[in-house]
Amino acid sequence: MTYTGLPASVEAIRRVRQDPHRLGHRAHGPGEPVEGTGHGGTGPASKRIIVGYGFWIFLLSDIVIFACFFAAFAVQRGATAGGPTIGEIVDIRRVGFETAALLLSSYTCMLSFAATNARNRLWTEIFLLLTGLLGLVFVALELWEFVELAGRGITPQRSGMLTSFFGLVGLHGLHVTLGGLWLATMMAQVLLKGFRREIIHRLICFNLFWHALDIVWIGIFTIVYLMGSGA
Amino acid sequence: MFGKLSLSAIPVSQPIPLITSIIVILVALGVLALITVKRWWPYLWREWITSVDHKRIGVMYCLLGVVMLIRGFADAIMMRTQQAVAIDAPGYLPPEHYDQIFTAHGTIMILFGAMPLVLGFMNFLVPLQLGVRDVAFPTFNSVGFWLTASGALLVNVSLFIGEFARTGWLPYPPLSETAYTPGVGVDYYLWAVQISGVGTLITGINIVTTVLKMRCRGMSYLRMPVFCWTALASCLLIVAAFPILTATLAMLTLDRYLGWHYFSNTAGGNPMMFVNLVWAWGHPEVYILVLPSFGIFSEVFSTFSGKPLFGYRSMVAATLFICIVSMLVWLHHFFTMGAGAAVNTFFGISSSIIAVGTGVKIYNWIFTMYGGRVRFETPMLWSMGFIFTFVIGGLTGVLLAIPPADFLTHNSMFLVAHFHNVIVGGVVFAIFAGYEFWFPKAFGFRLHEGWGKAAFWFAFVGFWVTFTPLYVLGLLGMTRRLQHINFPEWSPWLYISVAGVGILILGVISQVTQLVVSIRDRDRLRDVSGDPWDGRSLEWATPSPPPFFNFAVMPNVEGEEAYWGIKLRAVETQQLSPEPEYVPIEMPVNSPVGIYTAFFTTVFGFSMIWHIWWLAAVALVAAFAGFVAFAWRDVQEFEVPAEEVARVDRARRAAREALLERLSRQEALP
Repeated sequence: MTYTGLPASVEAIRRVRQDPHRLGHRAHGPGEPVEGTGHGGTGPASKRIIVGYGFWIFLLSDIVIFACFFAAFAVQRGATAGGPTIGEIVDIRRVGFETAALLLSSYTCMLSFAATNARNRLWTEIFLLLTGLLGLVFVALELWEFVELAGRGITPQRSGMLTSFFGLVGLHGLHVTLGGLWLATMMAQVLLKGFRREIIHRLICFNLFWHALDIVWIGIFTIVYLMGSGA
Repeated sequence: MFGKLSLSAIPVSQPIPLITSIIVILVALGVLALITVKRWWPYLWREWITSVDHKRIGVMYCLLGVVMLIRGFADAIMMRTQQAVAIDAPGYLPPEHYDQIFTAHGTIMILFGAMPLVLGFMNFLVPLQLGVRDVAFPTFNSVGFWLTASGALLVNVSLFIGEFARTGWLPYPPLSETAYTPGVGVDYYLWAVQISGVGTLITGINIVTTVLKMRCRGMSYLRMPVFCWTALASCLLIVAAFPILTATLAMLTLDRYLGWHYFSNTAGGNPMMFVNLVWAWGHPEVYILVLPSFGIFSEVFSTFSGKPLFGYRSMVAATLFICIVSMLVWLHHFFTMGAGAAVNTFFGISSSIIAVGTGVKIYNWIFTMYGGRVRFETPMLWSMGFIFTFVIGGLTGVLLAIPPADFLTHNSMFLVAHFHNVIVGGVVFAIFAGYEFWFPKAFGFRLHEGWGKAAFWFAFVGFWVTFTPLYVLGLLGMTRRLQHINFPEWSPWLYISVAGVGILILGVISQVTQLVVSIRDRDRLRDVSGDPWDGRSLEWATPSPPPFFNFAVMPNVEGEEAYWGIKLRAVETQQLSPEPEYVPIEMPVNSPVGIYTAFFTTVFGFSMIWHIWWLAAVALVAAFAGFVAFAWRDVQEFEVPAEEVARVDRARRAAREALLERLSRQEALP
C-alpha cells in the first residue's frame, strides 16, 4: 500500500467506494486489503480504528439498556393505576424546544470535529462549548418539565406508567448530563494538551456518544411524546 | 451518619456465619501479614495489581474464580447436609439462613465462580492464539477485573456485616421488593452483581474488538482456533445480554430505593416483566459460560487425538447458530407464566432446536477422536467425561423444553439436577480440562498427572452419585429450595446424594493436593520446550510462561492450525525458520487506575447498601477524579529495546532447537 498520510479508515472507505461490491477483495494487487484496518491479511488495525470500533461496541450495549427501558414503557404505558395518562402529562411545545436544542447540539458537535480534523484548536473549543451549552438547555428544559410535573403531584411513585416514563426520559437525561461532564473534561484536555493522538481518539468517541444520544432521543420523542400526545 | 449500619449488623447470635467470618478474617489477615513479612508488596503491586498484561489479568481472574468456587461449594455442602438431616426435623440451618445459602450458592457459582474463570481463560488465551501482544484495551481490562473482584468482595462482606438475599439467585419481585424484603440482603445482591456486571461488559467489549480487529498477519477468520470463535460468540452475547441485566437490576434498585413501580404488585407494577427481562439475560448467560467451554474442549480433543478438529467450519457455524438462537429461548424458564399455547410452542421449539447446534459439536468431537492417536491424559479425561455427562444433561434439557412436561417438572429437583448436569458437566469440567491443559503455559511447569486423574475420577463419580438421586426426587415430586422435608420416603435418595457430596469433597482435596505437590516438584515437572502437549495453536509457539510481549516478532500465519504448520515445516526441513531481525516493541505501561476505581466503587456500593449517602457521593466523586487523573497521564507506552527482545527470543529458539531434535528422533522410530 502506498502511504497517503490519511488514516487507514479513510483509505478503506475510498477502496470500498471504488469497488462497492468488493470484487477485488480476494485478488492480489490493487484489491489487496488495506493495511491497518484489522482484516485477516494485514495484522492488527491501527489504534484509531481499534478505539473507535470498541466504542461502537460499547454504544451498542448502551442502546440495549435503552431498549429495556423502552420495553418497560411499552409494557406499562397503560398502567396508570387511576392516575394521569401519558396524554395528560405531555407538553409538546416544550419538548419541541428540547428536541431542537439537542439536534442543533449534534450539528455543532459535528462542526467541532470538522475543526479537529483541520487541527484548529480555537474553533474546536468554540463548537464544543456551543454543544455543551445546547446540551445544558436540553437538560434544563427536561428538569423544568420534571419539577413542574412533580408540582402537580405527578411523580414516578404514582403509577407504573409514570415510573417507566420518568425512568426512560431520566436515563437519557442522565446520559446527556454525564456527556456534558465528559465534554467539559475534553475541552480542558484540548486546551491544555492540544491535539495529541489519544485526545483525538477520545474526541472521536465523544462524537459517537453524543450522536448516539440524539438517535435515542428521536426514539423517545416519537414513542413517548408524539405518540403520547395523540393518546 | 452511618445510615442503616450499626453494630447489630454483625451476626453475633448466629454461630455459623460468625465462626465462618472469624476464620475468613483470620486467614485474610494471615495472608496479608505473610505478604508484609516477606516484603512481597512491591512485587505484587508492580507485577500483578497494577499489571495490564492480559496473561496476568487472566490468571488473577482464574484465582478469583477458584476461591469463589470453593465458597460456593461450601454452601452446597451445607444445603445437601441440611436436607439430609431435616427429614421431619428442623435440621441445623434455620430458614432465614438456609435461604441465604441457596441464594448465595447460585449467585456465587454462576457470577463470581464460573464467570471469572471463563473470562480468565478468554483473557489469557485469545491474544496468544491470535498471535498478538495484548487485548485491544489493556488498561480497561485491568479496570474490568478489579470491578469483578469488587463485586465478589461485597458478596463476601455480606457474610459478616448484615445478610445476603433470601430470594433465590434471581431476586424475583414482588418478594424482592422493599415491602416484602426490607433488609439489606437484596441490596447486597443488587450492587455486587451490578458492579461485577460492568467488569464483565468491559471484558466483552475488549475481546470482541480484539478478535475482530487485532489478529496477526494472515490470521483470517477461518484460520482462527475454535476457542477464539467461541470467545467471540460468548463476548457478543455479553455485549448483547449483560446490559439487559444492568437495566433490570437498575429498575429493581429504583423500586427498592425510591418506591417506583416497575415490578411492584401495586399501582401498575408488573412482576412478570422482571422475570422476562432477567431471563432475557439469564439464558444467554448460560451460553456465555458454555460456549468458551466448548472452545476449550475443541482444543483439547484435537491436541490429544493428534488430529485437526473434525468439521472445523461446521463447528464455527454451530457456535454462531447457538449464539443467535440462545437469545430466543428465554421463556422456557417460565412456561407456567400462562403466556398461552402459541407462545409456549414457539419457545419450546426454539429450545429444542438449540440442541441441534450442540449435537453437531458433539459429533465433531467424537469424530475428532476417531482414527486419532488418543492420549488419555488428564485434560482428555475431563473432556471425555464431559461428552457423557453433557449428553445426558442435554437430553433432560430437551425433555424440559416440552411445555406440557415442563408443567410437571417446573421448579422441581429434576430441574436442579438438569442444570447442574449441563453446567457442571459443561462448564466446570471444561474449566478443569483447561486448567490442566494451559497451566504449564501460564506457570512453566506441568501439574502432577496422578493426582489430576484421581481428581477427575472422584469428581466424575461424585457428580453422578450426587445428582442422579435429584432427578429421581424431582420425578417423585420434590420441589427445589426446601429447608426441611416431610416425606420420609425421600430419605434414601437424599442420603445417596450426600454420599456423592462426600466423593466430590475427595475430588476437591485431590485437586488441591495436585497443586501443592506440583509446586513442590516444579523443577521435575518443568516445561522447558514451551510445547508440552504437542500443541497446534500459536500459544504453544511461545515459551512457558510467555514473555510479557508474547511474541518477539508477530507471526505470519499461512494456514489453519498456525503453530502445527510451523512445527511440521521445522521437522521437514530439520531447522527453525531463520532468525528474524529484532526491532524494539511498544508495550502499555502499568496503571493503578483499576484498583483505584474498584476501591472507590466498593466504597460506593457498600454505602449505597447501607444508605450512607454522603459517603456514596464522596466515593463517586473520587472515582471520577481518578479517571480524569488517568486521562491526564502523558506516558502511555514504553519501549522494549531490541536487544532485550533478541535475548528473550534467542532463549526460546534454543529451547525450540532441543524440541526439534527430540521430535526428529521420535520421527525416526518405527
